Amino acid sequence: MAGSALWFSLLLAAAFAGRATALWPWPQYIQTSEQSYTIFPHTFQFQYHVSSAAQVGCSVLDEAFQRYRDLLFGSVSFHFPQPMGKWHMSEKNSLVILVVTPGCDQFPSLESVENYTLTINDEQCFLLSETVWGALRGLETFSQLIWRSPEGTFYINKTEIEDFPRFPHRGLLLDTSRHYLPLASILDTLDVMAYNKFNVFHWHLVDDPSFPYESFTFPNLTKKGSYNPATHIYTAQDVKEVIEYARLRGIRVLAEFDTPGHTLSWGPGVPGLLTPCYSGSHPSGTFGPVNPALNNTYEFMSAFFLEISSVFPDFYLHLGGDEVDFTCWKSNPDIQAFMKKKGFGDDFKKLESFYIQTLLDIVSAYGKGYVVWQEVFDNKVKVQPDTVIQVWREKMPVRYTKEMELVTSAGFRALLSAPWYLNHITYGPDWKNIYMVEPLAFEGSPEQKALVIGGEACMWGEYVDSTNLVPRLWPRAGAVAERLWSNKMLTNLDFAYKRLAHFRCELLRRGVQAQPLSVGYCDVEFEQT
Amino acid sequence: MEHRGLGWPRLPRLLELLAALAVQAVRASAVAAASPDLSLWPMPLSVQTTPRVLHLSPDNFFFGHSSTSKAGPSCSLLQEAFRRYYDYIFGFYKRHHGSADLRVGVELQQLQVSVVLDPECDAFPKISSDESYTLLVKGPVASLTANRVWGVLRGLETFSQLIYQDFYGTFTVNESNIVDSPRFPHRGILIDTSRHFLSIKSIFKTLDAMAFNKFNVLHWHIVDDPSFPYQSITFPGLSQKGSYSSSHVYTPNDVRMAIEYARLRGIRILPEFDSPGHTQSWGEGQKDLLTPCYNGKDPSGAFGPINPIWNTTYSFLSKFFKEISTVFPDEFIHLGGDEVDFDCWASNPEIQDFMRDKGFGRNFKKLESFYMQAVLDMISAINKSSIVWQEVFDDASKLTPGTVIQVWKVEDYTQEQSKVTEAGFPVILSAPWYLDWISYGQDWKKYYAVDPLSFEGSQEQKKLVIGGEACLWGEYVDATNLTPRLWPRASAVGERLWSHKDVRGLEDAYRRLIVHRCRMLRRGIAAEPVFTGYCDEDRM
Repeated sequence: MAGSALWFSLLLAAAFAGRATALWPWPQYIQTSEQSYTIFPHTFQFQYHVSSAAQVGCSVLDEAFQRYRDLLFGSVSFHFPQPMGKWHMSEKNSLVILVVTPGCDQFPSLESVENYTLTINDEQCFLLSETVWGALRGLETFSQLIWRSPEGTFYINKTEIEDFPRFPHRGLLLDTSRHYLPLASILDTLDVMAYNKFNVFHWHLVDDPSFPYESFTFPNLTKKGSYNPATHIYTAQDVKEVIEYARLRGIRVLAEFDTPGHTLSWGPGVPGLLTPCYSGSHPSGTFGPVNPALNNTYEFMSAFFLEISSVFPDFYLHLGGDEVDFTCWKSNPDIQAFMKKKGFGDDFKKLESFYIQTLLDIVSAYGKGYVVWQEVFDNKVKVQPDTVIQVWREKMPVRYTKEMELVTSAGFRALLSAPWYLNHITYGPDWKNIYMVEPLAFEGSPEQKALVIGGEACMWGEYVDSTNLVPRLWPRAGAVAERLWSNKMLTNLDFAYKRLAHFRCELLRRGVQAQPLSVGYCDVEFEQT
Repeated sequence: MEHRGLGWPRLPRLLELLAALAVQAVRASAVAAASPDLSLWPMPLSVQTTPRVLHLSPDNFFFGHSSTSKAGPSCSLLQEAFRRYYDYIFGFYKRHHGSADLRVGVELQQLQVSVVLDPECDAFPKISSDESYTLLVKGPVASLTANRVWGVLRGLETFSQLIYQDFYGTFTVNESNIVDSPRFPHRGILIDTSRHFLSIKSIFKTLDAMAFNKFNVLHWHIVDDPSFPYQSITFPGLSQKGSYSSSHVYTPNDVRMAIEYARLRGIRILPEFDSPGHTQSWGEGQKDLLTPCYNGKDPSGAFGPINPIWNTTYSFLSKFFKEISTVFPDEFIHLGGDEVDFDCWASNPEIQDFMRDKGFGRNFKKLESFYMQAVLDMISAINKSSIVWQEVFDDASKLTPGTVIQVWKVEDYTQEQSKVTEAGFPVILSAPWYLDWISYGQDWKKYYAVDPLSFEGSQEQKKLVIGGEACLWGEYVDATNLTPRLWPRASAVGERLWSHKDVRGLEDAYRRLIVHRCRMLRRGIAAEPVFTGYCDEDRM
């Protein structure tokens, strides 16, 4: 790689430049020196450059300025050290922001440009970005550059950063079906995602155990399918709040409504939707996946996904499609008849394909793109070429690197999650394994590699709710965040450990209950309430 | 009823009698547990409930002292407990759930507490403390009878667990008769405040949750290699130089508060000052305590375990443990003694000379025993008893009788239990209960399935097992993840150590544990989920 030698030497130089370079994730290009400038909280301001396309009134940035001011100086009492007249050369009063392209009221998308440059030197303290989304990333970096002396004075070192993400889709999955997560837990997670430069919140909203999404078209889904229809639900207002909170942090909300399997909680609210399983010649009283043999099913899905398409602004919807159990379908005489009629023989994968294809057509008609779990590809469902395939199975039917190879050689875009199931816990510093994953370490042409749009850290909810979500997620998910943002050559574990341990303390300072990486302490510890 | 341990005085006759009845009633407990609303944890020795329900109104219920009780309103331990349990029962529920019609059925207006013997209101709990109680729930006045306040505390916890809100939100309890006492007298949780500091608030939270699970010993592994947060009055340099920072310390006042907080919940604080290994942080504040390691003929600059050959070592330790014995009221001090690394000792020429003089040859276990025996004698001289990790037994040729051995190595731990008890030493079991070793899924089942007496040995040997401890070592644990990592996983150990050995059905345990976990959540303990599902209070 051209210029990599220079880059690496910069990296090492930075590694020894002490506290000022405790950045996470590490930027693409950084040059920093020991020379530092003082920052006085009471005079410091974020300012729009006169020629910036974003100006006062740009909600995304106005609110970000307020957030970062609070994060940096929130707990500072403002009546000590006063600026001493003439020391202006070594003092920074403002960060000037210049955004090139207008667009403060839009939603971030897969195509959003997140590049920025940050220049802190004698002449300027300047953040330049193509879009507001890049400015958000730069503000986060800026906030991580500021440090505090033991006497309480704030400093920033002379620094030059040019930064951009390696992958455009850097996601985190939360599962709100197996355990309900209070709205506050989701919003807090979005904050920490922004600190880590994640940009996609994959919201696995519903699944077998519960249906907390309150549908206005089909209110019975929640009334009968949630754990508690009064408390364990997400109202339309909640969903709006999540989407806007995420937007203000440059985070997309990718909503998942997984079918035809993982749908037991849909059943009580929509009679006739699920397949009745049979025991011999009689219904057993239990239900299987969505019934793909009935027209009613597709009418329901049309109406339901019409609502979903309008509620969630992102171009993509996640349609699931994983782990469809065929035994119930097999037992049902109506389905057997349908199979015969369609000429599917005994191949239930064909039935699955039939269902998925019909569903994909419905969703395409609403002008949406879609992401599906890898089974849809594995089972040879005919999908549109722009479908995104999410690879989640570590070893079966093939190792995930092989699966990445297969998916991309078929020309599909791929998302990697298989090695990043953070709900799987083990003793010790497992963040190292998470960190050392190389998403492009599979056999394939450069064109194939270019089809990998990113990855996701997944926190499935079997054993996770708001009691343990935060420490289980952070800072482990941070390892994924850096892998997806930073240069692929960044693989030195010692260097990562130093910065991640520091970043974890910074998270604690920001009020995030992030668990320790190893023996040690932080100046500000988590305060038990 | 099983009596175990050190030969402390046998329980008075009344409770013996009750207990005898209880054994016969054990079968009934399985039946009672089938009632959907009864989710006691840990399961009492004997439970009899009826379908007859009583109702309680927060405005018309109180805890009172029976006129024949040896304890009264001057017993602040009980007054405090009454206030706590009133809150646990009523305070955290949905209060204004409409006025339920209490006229239907019988109302329960009072729980009358009766302490039969000298209540020990102002005493500290001990290993021999009597925790047995009987609880008779009937309207309008229920009664809780125990020999000492310690039994009252356990009974109040059980009483609070019996009460539930019915479909209309009315506080409800079934008429019941419970006779209960612990299977083992030492039921501990180990926390490690050296690898990561835990604030006093976190320790309080842990003590709260321990009381909900009828644990009665907080084993406070207070110092170790990484840091020395205990602020010593005699040697202030130890924490000044050995703590992570000046805010990562336990002041004498912090320690006093923890001891009192624990006492009010019937929990002993067992301090551990581990030596001669695991002492790197001591060296910062106490010069010439640790062994200088050698690289050939020259000191390498590194230090090893405490230096066992200097008189100054022992005069330091003697003063230090004298302080510890006055600061911590418990009869026991944990002296550690685990994982002593002999390399540094072996490298040191002075130690080599000493070994030769003593005729130890190259056997450093003899040096280790020499050191441990000296410390054990010190502890005896100040009228305390000692607990040590298993290596002290493994490596010793002879050891002060009565020294309690804590078995922690998971490999062949039942064999170790056999050996230790065969030699006549009391045992605390921890080996299968290292809760810091996390894995995916429901590992509580593994902890639950352990039986502490499943080793080869005589009845006399089994009686030497005084209990066990769930250990949460601190390499990867601090205040951010302590509570969800500990609870409800430690609850599995809690029931194993309290309940009858025949209480081991996983299905029933699962059903009760998920309710118990929600109960802890309601009481402010962030106990993690056992599996997919929900609690009413998830939104808090």
